[in-house]
Amino acid sequence: MTPLPYRVVGKRRENHDNWTLELEPVADAIEPIGPGQFDMLYVFGVGEVPISTSGDVERTGTTLVHTIRAVGAVTNALCAARPGDVLGVRGPFGNRWPIEAAHSKDLLIVAGGVGLAPLRPAFYHALAHRQEYGEVTLLYGGRTPEDLLFRRELERWRARLDANVAVTVDAATTEWHGRVGVVTKLLPGARFDPDDTVAFVCGPEIMMRLTALPLADAGIPANRIYLSMERTMRCGVGLCGHCQCGPTLVCRDGPVYSWEYLEPLMGVPQL
Amino acid sequence: MRTLDALIVESPVFRGLEQEELELIAGCGQNVVFAAGERLFREGERADTFFLVRHGLVALDQAVPNRADVTVETVGPGEIVGWSWLLEPYRWHFTGRAVELVRAVKFDGACLRKKCEEDPALGYDLLTRFAQVLVNRLQATRLQLMDVYGNSER
Repeated sequence: MTPLPYRVVGKRRENHDNWTLELEPVADAIEPIGPGQFDMLYVFGVGEVPISTSGDVERTGTTLVHTIRAVGAVTNALCAARPGDVLGVRGPFGNRWPIEAAHSKDLLIVAGGVGLAPLRPAFYHALAHRQEYGEVTLLYGGRTPEDLLFRRELERWRARLDANVAVTVDAATTEWHGRVGVVTKLLPGARFDPDDTVAFVCGPEIMMRLTALPLADAGIPANRIYLSMERTMRCGVGLCGHCQCGPTLVCRDGPVYSWEYLEPLMGVPQL
Repeated sequence: MRTLDALIVESPVFRGLEQEELELIAGCGQNVVFAAGERLFREGERADTFFLVRHGLVALDQAVPNRADVTVETVGPGEIVGWSWLLEPYRWHFTGRAVELVRAVKFDGACLRKKCEEDPALGYDLLTRFAQVLVNRLQATRLQLMDVYGNSER
């Protein structure tokens, strides 16, 4: 599991503390990454962190796209990387959003904060294979308008006639002309048939729990509500045990789990 | 053209009420329209009304000294704006502003309070329904206060 060298070929600032990097292999490439999966990104001499893919994986070929929030030493170093810099990449790791299982069903995607980044590849897939789905809905909640990810893309998506996109923020000044309130407030207005819906949820754990509960109450079966879990990861291959979640390891068995599996675990303190 | 009772029954707050009760409540209501930017009510004013939003978005704004006004929440179609008419001192706690064109049913809270006093069963039913609105707002506010996106890597 030696990291392969990748060169930074693109860099875009998403908001005040999130950057999207595009990486191309210097020589050999890792296996193709899927929606929901993550890579271990290594800044030489600093350290390694797991980062989900945020790109349109069906179109980007061997180019990797990762959106990173600058919150620690390694992520700060990643966000400071410049085009031309070389990083190490291991992966891909973890399982995928079950996007094929959602074919012929309504797809409901609920994202909170930077949780939109791991969900963006699934939404790209749904838009690229629009005829495979019933209603396609994206509900996105952020902290403030300035904290929203992929702002211009959200505006483009909202303009589409074949997808339902709603955005809300927790706090705003009166300059903001969108919705204010928690993301769960968007659920009553979402169009989906609970009996034929698959839901993907990603965000802070409490946001995911408080979203999964009303989705289940609305009638979506627990085995068709999927959440992406986040734990401290080190090895990425199920050897070190840092990312334990109940009897499973997030890097190997997750990060995508069904609500059927997670609901009893989420009530366990300090899990 | 639909009557007011037929309009208000579509809101979750009034769903399931008897026709007689709906007509009684609708008797205290009237259709209103607000242009974008127009105020429905202002913080500190006497609150003798509430609104059922039929179309558009209403922002609940709070004035903060030495800072820009803050939007605490927005309320959309099918939702209720205002519970201050129910409880003393009957004063608005926020300013209601139409973010975009808003069509709503405006209810005379004093008229409805009087009807509730005359018909305690209706009063209890309505109070239970508005308590649910309050609980939902409280839960949402708690989640907002947690600032869940602030310290998470997600």
